[in-house]
Amino acid sequence: MSRVLCVVVAALIVCGLVRLEAQRGNPQPPRAPRAAAPIDLTGYWVSIVTQDWRWRMVTPAKGDYQGIQITPEARKVADAWDPAKDEAAGEQCKSYGAPALMSVPGRLHITWQDDTTIKVDTDAGMQTRFLRFGSVQTPIDSARDKPADAPRTWQGVSQAQWLTPRPNVPLQLRPADRTADAPPLRPTGGSLRVVTRNLRAGYLRKNGVPYSENTVLTEHWDLYKRPNGEEWLTITTQVEDPQYLPNARLVAPVFKKEPNGSKWDPTPCSARW
Amino acid sequence: MKYEKPGIAALTMVVMLSAVPVVAQVDLTGTWQRVAQNDNGASREPVDLLGMPLSADGRAKALSYDIAALSATERQCQMYPPMYAIVGPFPLQISMVPDPITQKLLAWKIAGWGDRDETVMWMDGRPHPSKFAPHSHGGFTTGEWEGDTLTAVTTHFKLGDIKRHRGFSSDRATITYRFNRHGDLLTVTGLLEDPVYLAEPFALTEVFRLTTNPNSFPLTACEPIEELPTLHENPALVPHYLPGKHPAMNEMTERYNIPLEAVLGGPETMYPEYRKRLKDKYVPPPPVAPAGGRGGRGGAQ
Repeated sequence: MSRVLCVVVAALIVCGLVRLEAQRGNPQPPRAPRAAAPIDLTGYWVSIVTQDWRWRMVTPAKGDYQGIQITPEARKVADAWDPAKDEAAGEQCKSYGAPALMSVPGRLHITWQDDTTIKVDTDAGMQTRFLRFGSVQTPIDSARDKPADAPRTWQGVSQAQWLTPRPNVPLQLRPADRTADAPPLRPTGGSLRVVTRNLRAGYLRKNGVPYSENTVLTEHWDLYKRPNGEEWLTITTQVEDPQYLPNARLVAPVFKKEPNGSKWDPTPCSARW
Repeated sequence: MKYEKPGIAALTMVVMLSAVPVVAQVDLTGTWQRVAQNDNGASREPVDLLGMPLSADGRAKALSYDIAALSATERQCQMYPPMYAIVGPFPLQISMVPDPITQKLLAWKIAGWGDRDETVMWMDGRPHPSKFAPHSHGGFTTGEWEGDTLTAVTTHFKLGDIKRHRGFSSDRATITYRFNRHGDLLTVTGLLEDPVYLAEPFALTEVFRLTTNPNSFPLTACEPIEELPTLHENPALVPHYLPGKHPAMNEMTERYNIPLEAVLGGPETMYPEYRKRLKDKYVPPPPVAPAGGRGGRGGAQ
């Protein structure tokens, strides 16, 4: 038995050395975010409006805040909503800011601006978001107050980070033996995390439900490829606003990939429709 | 290197392989409180099919529905198909089902709650039953990891309503779920497909937050009871509306100015270009009175 034990221990040591060497020797330069992308988000995507239709597809009545939690202060602001005033001030895009934009019915065109920046164009409101990847080693939360000097915009400053599957699995989570004809497990995929700050104050809904410039938007972009070839995208959206929202607002709009941009329909911002 | 026993070589291989990353997974165990702000569970108006990709049959089925039908014993549980995990008001209580011998993960289980049957997501690669196998309210579910996403497919569930009294799925429907955990948030995306009542897949999402202080009151699976004596005195009576006779057909239009063609749903109503058809027909309703009334005030409740 001691001989068996020696063999087992030796095997463990060999495995450990191999993995240690892989970490030490020949260090590979980190790949650019574009090359390291675990999922491909590029292409044209159409929003699928099966939720909150009454507040997204048409402009709801002034004072209709059903389903959204806001503070009394926010209610006062929303009750004073005046689209004519927004138009006069040149602020027709107040409901197209990043915290609301992914819920606006429309299409996305996602491309790589460069090796470290994803560009998201929308036809609704003709907006552009830039999702910028920082240093691989720098958590995006560490730059919480960094962009304060930059001018505030509808789309703010977005920092992006790939989240890839963890390589090691706790023992109790490892799957039980699968049947012989079961398809193999696929350790693939990943998720895109985006944190956006430095926003210009805007509207969560067309009818003037406000968010402040202190809002922090956190998103997780998850892609699904179906066996029939369809690709779907869910964007888990968390809006935190200490001024107007008593709790984080969470929604998860859904998109479906389209084969091309034939239905791309650029439409300017509208304060009323 | 020579081994005296083949078993030693095998054991060595097992040890070496166990040091190699297997496949990424996350722990879903816990009670997850729903926190998304959406209209999944809202059902103020009896005829609200906005954005639902119903087929002509699906629309006819939805418009024939009288909520009193839920009091018929054989129909009381049709409100709780698997989609109820997304549209229902209750949290998800998720636990691991270990293999009794190896203690490795055999299945994930979402506990039954508020009349919804429990969902066991088998992770061992077992096949789904024959299409002739009996259907239950909970259906049969298998799952697998795709990276850190748990993908589960449910089949073999009975006819049920799919968005709180708004439309139905048939017993030929399937649901594909995606579970994505992001820290203490869990996003569930459900894709319902039905060759009978849907013209295109119906996608719904819900976001849950992990809670350490769950307000738990798990109930048993749906158990029919006698609710309306008139239905039991006359078993032949099935509450319903004849085609075109639903009394609430125009309620959404009267309340929100939304054209009836949109209220009745259909796949075209869930795409952005449908807004062009509405633009010249829709006028926003008058402002909502501060004390409530049309449209609802919402707010910090």
